[in-house]
Amino acid sequence: MLKFIIRRVLQAVLALFVLSVLLFAWLRSLPGGVVSALLGERGTPETAAQLRAQLGLDDPIFVQYWRFLQRAIQGDFGVSNGVYRGEPALDVFIQRFPATLELSIFAIALALLLAIPLGYIAARRRGGPLDTGSVIFSLVGVAVPVFFLAYVLKYIFAVKLGWLPPSGRQTVGINATHITNMYVLDGLITREWDAAWDAFKHLILPTIALASIPFAIIFRITRAAVIDVMDEDYVRTARAKGLHSRTIRVRHVMRNALIPVVTIVGLQIGALLAGAVLTEKVFVFQGIGQALAIGFELRDYPVLQVLIMMAALIYIIVNLLVDIAYAVIDPRVRTT
Amino acid sequence: MSEPNLTDTERAGQRTSTRHGLGARKKARIDSLAEAGALSEEEGVSLWRSAWRRLRRDPVFLVGLGITTVFVIIAIIAPWITPHDPSARLLIDQVTPATPIPEPQPGFPLGGDNAGRDLLSRLIAGSRQTLIVGVLATLGGLLGGMILGTIAGGIGGAADTAVMRVVDVMLSIPSLLMAFSIAALFASPSQWTVILAIAIIQVPIFARLLRGSMMAQRHSDHVLAARALGVRRPAIVFRHMLPNSIGPVIVQGTLVLAVSIIDAAALSFLGLGNPNDAIPEWGQMLGKAQVFFNTYPHIAVYPALCIIVVALGFTLMGESLREALDPKSRR
Repeated sequence: MLKFIIRRVLQAVLALFVLSVLLFAWLRSLPGGVVSALLGERGTPETAAQLRAQLGLDDPIFVQYWRFLQRAIQGDFGVSNGVYRGEPALDVFIQRFPATLELSIFAIALALLLAIPLGYIAARRRGGPLDTGSVIFSLVGVAVPVFFLAYVLKYIFAVKLGWLPPSGRQTVGINATHITNMYVLDGLITREWDAAWDAFKHLILPTIALASIPFAIIFRITRAAVIDVMDEDYVRTARAKGLHSRTIRVRHVMRNALIPVVTIVGLQIGALLAGAVLTEKVFVFQGIGQALAIGFELRDYPVLQVLIMMAALIYIIVNLLVDIAYAVIDPRVRTT
Repeated sequence: MSEPNLTDTERAGQRTSTRHGLGARKKARIDSLAEAGALSEEEGVSLWRSAWRRLRRDPVFLVGLGITTVFVIIAIIAPWITPHDPSARLLIDQVTPATPIPEPQPGFPLGGDNAGRDLLSRLIAGSRQTLIVGVLATLGGLLGGMILGTIAGGIGGAADTAVMRVVDVMLSIPSLLMAFSIAALFASPSQWTVILAIAIIQVPIFARLLRGSMMAQRHSDHVLAARALGVRRPAIVFRHMLPNSIGPVIVQGTLVLAVSIIDAAALSFLGLGNPNDAIPEWGQMLGKAQVFFNTYPHIAVYPALCIIVVALGFTLMGESLREALDPKSRR
């Protein structure tokens, strides 16, 4: 077990190393060179010369890479030259991350709550209309661009029906104290129920749009896993022993069928991050996704640099944890 | 035995119980496809004939084939069937600050866009550019993947380890995010930067697929026979191994085509797409229509529906091809 964890951590470290090289290469190939890309319109010959010296662009490439690593570890990614002009790029990430975290948790939770029961029912009634219908639904779900779905939801429920707010994270001017910057949680902690409810209403539409990505995949995995597990000998044995069908369902079928689902959830984090860029843009939801979308539009490279790095970092760490958790649940994994 | 309606993702999900590591599921999915191409010779009928036998009666495949055929035909004959010139601003007089989008009217069944151009004509003409973007991005990814996969699978040894390490790390980065980052590298985006960005994110997938397929063939009879006859390694790789990998490549290519078209739309939506709309493309039309969504949703809905139907067509075709070519789901 320890050996497995060590090897898996080493893999993650290697991935981080390659990632840092890629990011460094990315920075160096920015249009107009690193200096003008990082300074944006604020660049004067003096500041440009200063940044040039600071980055040591005349030094050998390995020295430059080493400095880049040092700065990255110290959290120094330069200053935004987009909408957050003058703010340190890392602060943009820190301020906005809780919003995306909250949205992602809601989206994953919604996807799991819908996909697992539906996948189970579809598997039990394999070939029936419900099964066929939901399989087709999940294939169509993959073909629909996320941002289009987001716009359709916004148009129907916010613009036409007016049931839900069309954009933002909380009604402007509402009396709310922010501690964690996860607004629903903040409202619950401070017992400002109105603020929590208001933030929750703002989350509903973005959550549905974002959940559509993991939903389709979790549904299909669950369905396939349940079909597979139901054919296993141990399920037949349990049935032959005369166990109650609910006991079989919970202890034998679902417990084993959920193993692949755990891995999928980890891997979906990556798709969620990219989906958040599109969804948050549609709903003007002030998370890191929207910051990335604005960053791409305005070519705010210091901010893009830190956000892309943090996104990839989160993805690698989450998958490391998922793999370790997976090895704990399922001993077979450790042997390979 | 095995469930006939299984798709890649599902099968890969089950397999993760024996594989692990970064992006285990993504890899397992690609690997199971790679193996599929290699294991066919023992049967009496050829791989393709037996696959066709199954596909002929598969409604999912037929629907997919129908959609994609119609799409490709329209894309080819587009210039001759557009009712108007797609870049002519015929309705420009009707574009005012109060009514930026001309209404549907006789001769213009879907109305115009915000530059007074006929929407229907642009949709028809757009099919061609959409197909070009999808096909070129897929071919670009295939070409890059083929080079890397051939190096890894054909040479093996240290080259294999080095190439696959890089490929695995590329697979472990969220792919759409990578496409955004690559597209952002270009000071002036164009159709080519979109194609390049999408092609690059497909490279690791095709590389792993081809390498896996070659590894699976390494000890198969036809390769051993060629080696025994003294055929040199490059000839074995290019004449004996690569042609046998064509099945999985076609399956993956069909699925990648669908994803490319959707991803191109996402790039346009973020302003990383082609800003020049002289030649219409659906993703670009959808991306540019976002400002009018709350007031004139129809100009976004039409290109979106086109994208959804075509992406669905390619996905259905790819998924059913995969099942038909998979030896495990046969019998």
